Amino acid sequence: MTLGGIVKKGLRRWSENLSGESLGERTSALARTDNEFGVDSFGFSLDYALSAIAPILWMYKHYFRVKTYGIENVPAGRVLLVANHSGQLPFDGAMIGAALLTEAQPARAVRSLVDKWVPTLPFVSTFMARVGQVVGTPENCRRLLENDEAILVFPEGMRAINKLYYERYQLQDFGLGFMRLALETQTPIVPIGVVGAEEQAPALFNAKPLAKLLGIPSFPVTVTGLPLPLPVRYHLHFGEPMHFTGQPDEEDSELDVKVRAVKAAVQSLLERGLREREGVFR
Amino acid sequence: MSRRKNEDERPAVMVTGVSGNLGRRLAKRLHRKEKVIGVDRRPFPGRPKDMEMYELDLRKKKAEDLFRRHRIKAVIHMGIMHDPRMNQEESHSFNVLGTSRILECCARYGVEKLVVLSSSNVYGPSPDNSNFLTEDAPLMAASRFSNMRDLIEVDMLAQSFFWKHPQVQTVVLRPVHIVGPNIKNAPSNYLRLQRPWTVAGFDPMVQLIHVEDAARAMVEALRPEPRGVYNVVGPGEAPLSAILRALGRKPVPVPHFAARPLLNTLFKYRLAHFPPPELDHIQFLCAVDGSRWEKDVGWKSEYSLRETIRAVDPDELLDGTGLRSR
Repeated sequence: MTLGGIVKKGLRRWSENLSGESLGERTSALARTDNEFGVDSFGFSLDYALSAIAPILWMYKHYFRVKTYGIENVPAGRVLLVANHSGQLPFDGAMIGAALLTEAQPARAVRSLVDKWVPTLPFVSTFMARVGQVVGTPENCRRLLENDEAILVFPEGMRAINKLYYERYQLQDFGLGFMRLALETQTPIVPIGVVGAEEQAPALFNAKPLAKLLGIPSFPVTVTGLPLPLPVRYHLHFGEPMHFTGQPDEEDSELDVKVRAVKAAVQSLLERGLREREGVFR
Repeated sequence: MSRRKNEDERPAVMVTGVSGNLGRRLAKRLHRKEKVIGVDRRPFPGRPKDMEMYELDLRKKKAEDLFRRHRIKAVIHMGIMHDPRMNQEESHSFNVLGTSRILECCARYGVEKLVVLSSSNVYGPSPDNSNFLTEDAPLMAASRFSNMRDLIEVDMLAQSFFWKHPQVQTVVLRPVHIVGPNIKNAPSNYLRLQRPWTVAGFDPMVQLIHVEDAARAMVEALRPEPRGVYNVVGPGEAPLSAILRALGRKPVPVPHFAARPLLNTLFKYRLAHFPPPELDHIQFLCAVDGSRWEKDVGWKSEYSLRETIRAVDPDELLDGTGLRSR
């Protein structure tokens, strides 16, 4: 057996141990039978993903000790999951993905959308594709929703992930693209409030000249100096599905009304989460 | 020139580039039901007996004479060369001028159907690409690979012909990478290498179509229903690594920052036969959505993904898998 094969098998065993029940059985319905190579047309491989998520599952269980509320609100079939974004590194996306894989009934493999520079990165590009991430072009989203998949979007975008500590739990402006897609494909929207992530890597200031030098959107300097997360506790609050009707090509101002309703739903989930939790780390 | 007296006065289907690999397979499929007139600069040894063959250059007046002398109801145009070592000026003239001559003749001599072979490569591999490009995606291939300009220009000429001459039913086919035992294009040559380069950490989804399926698609395009531009896909897509594994290859991963300059040097000194921009195809996505074609002609490839992949190895044909018997 090759070294890669041994690592993959070890990771898979780790995943199985962490998930308590047989992860393979739970997720067998997610296996793609499109072709004989076990990879779906977008490059997602369940086999690969179940090995690759072991470290993420470990963080889910033992590091962030994630608690979910109302995960049964995620309907069967196509759905857009809309969440707040934060934390310097996108662990919030990974934790939502892990929650839907291990706790939703039935298990869902969430697709999230990555930036256009991801396919230019060696290894990362392959990893992302095999675990089901796609480049966030409108065509890709439309295609996935028409295949009744679940897509996770962070309408605040990159602006939010590098927020400074004093800006925590302040939602940034939402993009309108997801609403157009929802209207076009008649997809329900499930708002998600992620509580905890906003404190995981407190950024004190943004070293803009350094970011410019490195060609990255921002360079947040955190308490630890690095964007590594503290062991905060995550609370994922899933709201009730929201259904919108209208024309996808309507005026931005019209769309904005609907988008603001989603933003308000995320905001109220955040407020509830903040009210109910007993501390950042507990 | 080898013109035979023929009693057959049925309206004919002209096939340009007929002596190429795809052309020969197409002729063998087509001659049973249609009168075929083949045109190519190269000879076509072992051609079907009932087929007329003219060895000539499409840019010459003699090509037009063929339209005068015969009643040609349909033209399948695939007289397009893409040899990276060719003189660019000559290949441009051959491809683009040759195509416009053929298009002019189609308009002038009452041809009813025109099928032009383009390629899915006209979109060009890119990290920005959606996973499945539809026919209306921009043709970006030349932005990173200037050799693709001819092919894009031919595709565009055919598209504008489609709008300008609605009386001619024009079809532009953009098949994915055509592979087959004797095919000498870049993807087939690459997959035939025992130790092919890969770009370390990149493993794009790749779409292939068997040359027999591609030939069948060209014949299907002669039907009256299809019109306009179509992507043509084979049996689906697989990660490049899985394709190489299925072929039992031993890939050599090369870091992306080293691959390009290295290949550049090797190509310059003729130690490698792939122009450096071809690396994009093993690094980024250039996959297409073939659903329009599937819907309009009820298309389904005859060869499975594994059969299509294995078709690059000539040995497979000899070990009794029966691929040739199809």
